[in-house]
This record gives sequence, structure tokens and C-alpha cells, in this order.
Amino acid sequence: MKSYLPPEFIVERREDRCIRCLTCVRQCGFETHVYDAEENSLLSREELCVGCLRCVTLCPTRALTVRTNPSESRPNANWTREHLRDVCRQAESGGVILTGSGNDKPIRSYWDHLFLNASQVTNPSIDPLREPMELRTYLGRKPDALEPGEGRARESECPNVRIETPLLFSAMSFGAISLQAMQSLARAASEYGTLFNTGEGGLPAELVDYGKVAIVQCASGRFGVNWEYLNNSAIVEIKIGQGAKPGIGGHLPGEKVLAKVAETRMIPVGTDALSPAPQHDIYSIEDLSMLIYALKEATSYRKPISVKIAAVHNAAAIASGMVRAGADMIVIDGIRGGTGAAPKLIRDHVGIPIELALAAVDTRLREEGIRNWASLVAAGGFRSAADVIKAIALGADAVYLGTAALVAMGCTICQKCYTGICNWGICTNRPELAKRLNPDVAARRLVKLLRGWSLDIKEILGGMGVNAIESLRGNRLQLRGVGLEEWELRVLGVKGAGE
Amino acid sequence: MKNLRSLNNPYRDDKVFEGCAIFALLNQAGRNVSGEPVFRAISNMRNRGNGLGGGFAVYGIYPEYAEHYALQVMFDDPLAREEVESYLKGRFEVADEEEVPTRKTQAVIHPPQVFRYFLKPRAGWMDDVTEDERVIRAVMDINIGIKDAFVFSSGKNMGVFKGVGHPETIAEYFRLDEYRGYLWTAHSRFPTNSRAWWGGAHPFSILDWTVIHNGEISSYGINRRYLEMHGYACTLETDTEVLAYIVDLLARRQRLPMSLVTKIMAPPLWEEIERMKEPERSELIKLRQIYSSLLVNGPFACVIAHHGEMIGLNDRIRLRPMTAGIGGENLYISSEEASIRLVCPELDEFWSPQGGDPIVGRVKPESPEIFEPARPEVSDEDRAGLKAGGRV
Amino acid sequence: MISNPNMDIDNLELETRNLKPPTARLARVDARGLDYRELNRRVDELLASGAGEIEIRGVHGQRYIASRVRRPVSFRIHGTPGNDLAAFSDGVRLEVFGDAQDGVGNTMNSGEIIIHGRAGDIVGMGMRGGRIFIRDEVGYRTAIHMKEYGEQRPVIVIGVMGQDFLGEYMAGGVVVILNLPPRNPKSFSRPPAFIGTGIHGGKIFFRGKLEPYQTGKEVGFDRPDEKEMEFLSGIIRDYSNYFGLNLAQVVPDDFIKLYPKHLRPYGRLYAY
Ligand code: SF4
Ligand code: SF4
Repeated sequence: MKSYLPPEFIVERREDRCIRCLTCVRQCGFETHVYDAEENSLLSREELCVGCLRCVTLCPTRALTVRTNPSESRPNANWTREHLRDVCRQAESGGVILTGSGNDKPIRSYWDHLFLNASQVTNPSIDPLREPMELRTYLGRKPDALEPGEGRARESECPNVRIETPLLFSAMSFGAISLQAMQSLARAASEYGTLFNTGEGGLPAELVDYGKVAIVQCASGRFGVNWEYLNNSAIVEIKIGQGAKPGIGGHLPGEKVLAKVAETRMIPVGTDALSPAPQHDIYSIEDLSMLIYALKEATSYRKPISVKIAAVHNAAAIASGMVRAGADMIVIDGIRGGTGAAPKLIRDHVGIPIELALAAVDTRLREEGIRNWASLVAAGGFRSAADVIKAIALGADAVYLGTAALVAMGCTICQKCYTGICNWGICTNRPELAKRLNPDVAARRLVKLLRGWSLDIKEILGGMGVNAIESLRGNRLQLRGVGLEEWELRVLGVKGAGE
Repeated sequence: MKNLRSLNNPYRDDKVFEGCAIFALLNQAGRNVSGEPVFRAISNMRNRGNGLGGGFAVYGIYPEYAEHYALQVMFDDPLAREEVESYLKGRFEVADEEEVPTRKTQAVIHPPQVFRYFLKPRAGWMDDVTEDERVIRAVMDINIGIKDAFVFSSGKNMGVFKGVGHPETIAEYFRLDEYRGYLWTAHSRFPTNSRAWWGGAHPFSILDWTVIHNGEISSYGINRRYLEMHGYACTLETDTEVLAYIVDLLARRQRLPMSLVTKIMAPPLWEEIERMKEPERSELIKLRQIYSSLLVNGPFACVIAHHGEMIGLNDRIRLRPMTAGIGGENLYISSEEASIRLVCPELDEFWSPQGGDPIVGRVKPESPEIFEPARPEVSDEDRAGLKAGGRV
Repeated sequence: MISNPNMDIDNLELETRNLKPPTARLARVDARGLDYRELNRRVDELLASGAGEIEIRGVHGQRYIASRVRRPVSFRIHGTPGNDLAAFSDGVRLEVFGDAQDGVGNTMNSGEIIIHGRAGDIVGMGMRGGRIFIRDEVGYRTAIHMKEYGEQRPVIVIGVMGQDFLGEYMAGGVVVILNLPPRNPKSFSRPPAFIGTGIHGGKIFFRGKLEPYQTGKEVGFDRPDEKEMEFLSGIIRDYSNYFGLNLAQVVPDDFIKLYPKHLRPYGRLYAY
């Protein structure tokens, strides 16, 4: 069937610059560039280009430009180009449209409507470069008091994990990302004193030494989950949902289940790795409690147990139930959270923004008097340290970074992760592509990102006149809203600017 | 008008979210028995609740007032009692009244007062409707109109006892060890908020119908709107309330037999219906067409009880556990088998029904202590009424 | 190696397991009145002091029994063990004299569980190795997402029948259903359906016939081959021995094999 889809991108090659080195031909996993040796000519099959800019970045003479296809059909604000494309794709395939990365729709970013405070006159700001500035954070359940009363969490049952910056790497499973990418995350986390997350694909044998800095997931597929895996960890995380695809499972297609991935997930090579939508031992809140305690039993009460959910309508009530069910840490992943593969419709339309969910959850846990019982981690599309600081002021203990970490490693958010052909060697298992990612370099870039953002956080803390992150955590007086409706301010629990 | 929502659903969530354990015992000979095994069985499932709600419904406990409606009402404030009593005295003959006896129980914090009234509607008050309707009206008036008062139960010869605490604590507090009944249902609650309110615990009841429930009704939003169309005010915003009203609407007002009620709530899948023979197939298609808004979707297991009958029902694909056993005269329903075996190690029968397949327990007709016979089967007249839209 | 001076090593360090090698020493526990944490702690202590066989009497719903045991210890359990029996376990041999509840062998890695009775829902969920024998019927979603890996090939043997969704998402391993008469027909008011729905690995052997509607659309039917017949004879023999039954009427010839038609059942669901 002839496709009616016009190319999304136009590739332009300046013939006066091109030296026929063929880097672009070799670099494009989608095989956009073809070289005709007889004619010594280069052709770009633009319909294959995904706009990842690998060739543009690596072309030695800067001969290449890739831009969005400027051809437009008649403008129509309702039938956007995207809607036309999607109808076309489904009419040609009869399937569900897949995508990768996070929501790319212009959903209101509340971070951009929240502004931070700084000290002037009445209290001094602090210079973070010379004065102490503490970002250390402990993740896990805290007792209510030093001498806990009856029925409350006993101190011995409150294992806590220390991180030196409130930035964690979020769950990305081996199989979805390359071994090199996971290695880079693990190394960077270890070096900087924070944690990475194995996702639901198990911990590759090469990385067992990094168990101490790993949050290991126990998800519906139970891939790679056994006693060793659970106990060789910093934190065990039950994955209920993910911001990019609330309510649905995962699916690593068989062609991506190569030997190494199969070994780590403990399944045969080439089979589909299906993660069912629910965990089939959790159909209700008391079932969640059952799995939390199963994991506590299996880890002899030595690991904090985290539970991750997607930000959905009743996140606050659910989160409160999770804490009561025994979770030591809860993770809320907002609608802008990334993914290796998700149905586009779900990625873009299911869930709610993290800002509102985070604020609602923190508020609820405080109203319930149980905020101390669990750490609260926010996830879903954090783009800068400013977003992170605002999240902490809303009430987060720490923040998961996914997309930002990928971008640090080279990702250009082309959203093609689900194809398994990532020209940057991140979301791929093809050896020839994966080897492009050098863990030495990528880990260094990640450490620098952590350092840069941590410095940003310190600068802002200093400006506010506090020298420990806990003075900002949940301190919503440090936030003011601009351009927000009454109800939005109410949910966020912040005043309008000038109030 | 007072706002029950703010009491039971303080954060205005879409509804109250909770999990739990359920246990029920029916003496099929209609003999009144002690609730001791029920207390033990429900407390054996402590891990399923979180101590923020426990409750019991007991049938056959007030034989001396068997012809009177037993209104059990909780008061958060003594003033509310005066108001309720003056409301009742204008409309009912009150044969007897007393505070429900309690004993000091350490784990019970700030209990409300609970009183019971044995009464019959007075002539001259709403004579045009049945006694049942009048009692329902009174219950709604009190629940919606009188601050700090809430009716636990309003059926004849039965009562609901519930509160904030583990169920065994609630049993101790209300001295349930001193009661004997032929049907006991028990519930241990795991609400996701701590502002638990005594009225929010299960069982939920209307007249002598009681419901205990485990799970979450994902179709709550539409079930509720359908019931609202039929005049029910879902003031508590809980799944359980919706179940109770569905049963009231279908079984009491529209007089459908329980076998149909359970098929409306948990109907077979279309695929299965297509395989059925006539006339069953057409009947089910009709049920699913007419009552599509009463399909209860999402994980649930519940026990619905009224005089002489107890029904255990779970969702179509059994997302919540439910097991049943028969030992001697007793039929047991439980979230977990271990609780049944704990109180009755020698069972004659044990099973775990498939999704949507009800467990039906009935007291044998010859039993002397049943004062309200089971509802009659649907008559042709009722069917006509049903066709006309089913409103009563 | 990791260079992270900042991490709290005491919190993260694994305790080296201080367990003595197993001996056949028998230890007894009375579970009456114990909650699961006390019971499982007691089991830990007994194992640490060298017990190689543990008998637990009076079990009434305690959860997670043997779930952190990782060596070939034998358990004899009398009563009704609670949910997640031997979840995550690795290498235990566990016999239950009574019925078991939900989640038997959840994510179990190896070992053997023998149940002289029935079991509840999601038996062997995500199980990766070992064997589970259940004398009578089982509940919903047996063997859901069971998988195999390398040498590990989990086996679940069911004397009677499972309720709906048996073998859902099954990705590996073997389920054998002997289809003996049920202990209580009330558990099967209609023929079980959705068998093997979403199956993409492993096999189910069923004695008798199934209507096509009872299975998922991903299921293919075949007769067991010779090697499989041999395997089935072995299973029937073990089953009869474990439960002391004479099953002359059950022969491998009566079995059909259910297998996944595709390794990738959902390959055509997506637009790339
Ligand atoms: S990489 Fe640049 S210079 Fe090399 S062949 Fe491609 S366009 Fe020409
Ligand atoms: S990880 Fe790779 S495939 Fe995914 S968005 Fe980034 S560049 Fe594209």
C-alpha cells in the first residue's frame, strides 16, 4: 500500500561542503542516507528520517541541516498536522500508534507559573560557594518521634538510605535502554552519592556491584526478581504505574530480547517480555499491603519499600492508602513522564500534571499526619534545577530524572525509542548502535549534570537564606503563583504573587 | 442541611477508597447463635484491615420487638438526640428505647452515643405509602437533616454495630458477645484516610438490607448517577452505599428475585451470553440492555443480607477473593479460607465460586425465628411495572 | 568497583548469611496464635540453629511462610497457610496438609510445593522454577505470567482443574491438569474459560477435551509428542505417589497439549 504520509523532516546537504566521508550513511540507523558509489552521489530518503540529528551533529563539515518539513496542507486549527498524520498511520496499519519519550503536548507547565523567593533585608542570603550548604536527604520511613508510641513505626523498622543530592535517576529498564546507558547511570549515581533505578528488567550481571546504589523494581512482569536481586539493592520499588502510561502494562518486543537482556530478565531469548497492566497479586489496597510486606519479609525489613504510581485523579487518596499499607517511599510520576514505548493516546491523554498531584499528595499526607511515614519522590519531565527546587518546595523529598539524564547522554528526544533504533546508543540493544555510547564519557556527563543542578539548587537555597534542603522541603511560602486560577492556587497550596 | 459528605469523605475525593476483609455466617436452620466464631474469624484477617473501621450486622437479635423497626442511631452530640427523638415521637409509636449497651474498651477513642428505638409509624403520617417507605423517609430525614446524628440501621429484628477500630474491638465495645443471631456479617476496613467516621464503617444498611464489601467499584460514577435518577441520595460517597441502593432498588422496589439482581450486578460476558440457549440468552440481553448502568465493574466481593437470606457476590472476573464453606447448619463466607477453617475445622463443604456466581444462603422455611419471609417471586404485575420503567 | 564514600554502608551492606548447612534435624512449631512475623522469625531461628526439617502445626492464615528461605529445607505444614506461601522462595520443599490460599509460590525461584488439598488464586504467579503439585482444584489465574529461563522450567500440576484465566500471559514452564472430578462442583458452575489467554511461551497439558471458546485465541492445540508423553507419565507417577492415589485411569494418551501459536501475540497491535 502506498503511504500517503509526507516526510516529517527535510534533509539538506550543502554540496559545497560535503566531502563524501559517509559518516551520515554509517550513523543513521534508520538508513536515511544512501550513497551511490558509481555516481559518487548521496541521496536522503527523507521519509525515513526521525529528526534525531545524529548525522547533523557528527558531520565533520557541518554540511547537513535537518528541519521540519515546511510543506503544509491548508491550515486548520482543528485538524492539525499531527491528527492528519495519525489518522493516516492508523488507516495504513490498523494498529495502535506507539511512541517514546514524554508527552509533547503544550500542557500547562505549572513550574513556569511558580516563582521562588529570595532574602532581602530582613534575613541575609547565604553565599553557597563559601558557606556550608546541605543537600543530603534520607529516603525512607521516619518514626513519629524518638520514643515512638504504640502502634507506630518502630525505629528498627525504618531503614533509610542516604543521598547527597535530591536527584535520582528514574526507572529505565535494561532492554529498553542499552547496557552502556544503564552502566553510565549506575556509575554516575555511585560517584555522586545518589541512586539509579533498574526499572523492571532486572539488574544486569555486569552491574551487580552497583546494587548498593540501585533502586530495584518489582513490577508486574517480575523480570529478574529473585532473592539476590531484592537484597542486592538500596531500595526495592513496587511499580504500579508510570506517568507516560497509567493503567497499562509494558511490552518489550521479542526482537529486543537478545541474549543479554534475556539473561537479565530471566526469560528465553526472543520472547515478548510482557508486563501485565496490573500486578496480578495487587487488585486493591490490602493486596498492595500484602506485597509490601512480602518484600519486607523477603528482605528481612532491611530495605525501604517504595511504591510508584502514575499521577491520576485520586492520587492523594491512593497515596495515603499506600503509606498506610506500609510503603516507606512513594513515587508520583506525572503526565509528562517519559517512556521507552507507550501508546501515544495514553501518553498524551491519561493522567494529570505532576505539580498538582505532588501538591495534593503532600497536602493529604500532612492532613492525615502521616507525612513522616514515607518519603515522597516526584517524577515526570523535570527540565531544570528550577523545576526540581519548585517540586521540593511543594513537598517532594527528591526528584527522579529520566529524560534529562538521557539528554545529558546525547538524546535529542526524537521519540523513537520504541523502534529500538536509537542512533545515540541509548534506547537500543543493537550492538553496533549501543557501542556508540561510551560509558566513560556518558557517566562523566551525567555526573556533571548532577553537579550543575546541585549547584543551582544550592544557589537558590542560599538566596532564600537557608543552608539545608530540609528548610525548603514542603515550604510553600517560598513559592508564589502567577497567571493561575483560584483553584489551581488552592490545589498547589501557594499564594498568588504579591499576596 | 448537614453535609454527610464532609464527614465521611472529608477531602472530597471522587469517593471513599478502601480495602478490607469480609466474613459472614448464616445458620441455615434459623437458630440464633453466638457471634464468637465471627469475631475470631474476622480478627484472623487483621492484615487486610488497618484498624480504622470494623462492623457487624446481626439478624434475629430483637425477637421481643420483632414487629417493630429497630432504629439504631449514633449521636456525636447529645443535643442531636433530643432533636431525633422529637422527630421520631411525632411520627412513630416508640415501643421502647435505650442506649445500646457498651463496655469500656481501651482501643475505642471518642465513641459516639448509640441509641436504639423500637418503633412503628403512626397512623396519619404519610399514610399513602408503605411502612417501609416511611421508615426510609425518616432515615433520610435524620441522616440528611439532623446534625451529629446518623442511623446505623433501621430493619426489624436486626441491628448494625460499627465504628472506628478493629472489628474485634468494636465487638467488645458493643458487647456483641451478649447477642445471639442467626445471621452475622462482619467487616474489617482499610480506608485510605484516617478521618474515619463511625458512620462510614461497614455494614451499610437500609431497612433490613445490609451490605459489606471489599474492593473498589470502578463504575461507581455511573452507578451512582443512575441511582440518583431513582431518588437515592448517595450521601456517604462510598462503593458500599451504591451496592445497598442497587439491591434496594432492584429487590425491594422493583421486586426482582435475587437471582436476577446478581445477574444485573455481575452479568455474564457478551461472549458467554451469545453461547447461551433461548430463552436465557434473550433474557440476559434484555437485562444488560435495561440495567447497563447498574453493571458493577471493577474488583469487588460483597455480602448482601436481609432477613432469611445472605448472598455473596463477586465481580465477573473475580478480582477479589471470596470463599464459602458449610459446616453443620452454618454457611460461612469469607475473604480467606483460613478464617473459615479456624472456626470450623470440619467443614462438610468448601468452595470458591467463579466470578459473578453468587453464594446463596437461605434459612430453611420451617425455621421459627424468621419474621420476615423472603420476598415473593416477581409477579406478572411487577413485570408490567418493570416494563413501565420500574419506578415505585 | 564503586567509589562512593558517601553512601550509608551499614544500611546498604548485605548481612552475610550466617546459616549452618542443613541437617535432617526436625524442629516443630506450634503456629496457633502467632502472627506471621513471629512465625517466620521463629522459622529463621530454627534454621539458624541447624534445623533441616520444620513441621508447623495449627497454621491459620499466616502469610509468607518460607518466603525468605533459600536452601533445601523441608517444611510440613498442617492447617491453612495464608497468602503468598513460599513467595520468592528458593529451594524449599514444602508440603501442606490442608488447603492453601492465594499466591502460592508467587515469583518462586526453585523448590517444590505439594498441597494435599486445594489452592486459591494466582498459584505460581511469575514463577520461574521449581514444581507445585496441588491435589485438588485451584482458583483463578493459575500460572499467570509463569516463565522459564535456562535450566529453570517451572511445573504446576493440578489434580482437578483451575478456574478462569489459567495460564494467562504464560511465558514459559508447564502446567499439567489431570481433570479429576472436583471436590466441590460449586467451584465450577460453568466451564472455566480464558485458558492460556495471552500465552506466549510454555505449554499446558490438559486431560480431556476443551471447547475452543474456553481457551484464549493465542492458544494452539496439538497432541503431546513422545517425549512429552514420557514427561506426563512421570508427572502422573509423582502425583499418585505424593498423594497416595491410584490413578490407573489417567494415562498420557488422554492429554491434549495447549501451546502458544505465536511467540509474539501482540506483534500486530501497533503502528510503527
Ligand atoms: S556526514 Fe556530512 S560530510 Fe560526511 S557524507 Fe554526510 S553530509 Fe557529507
Ligand atoms: S533515547 Fe534515543 S531514540 Fe529515544 S528519544 Fe532519545 S535519541 Fe530518540
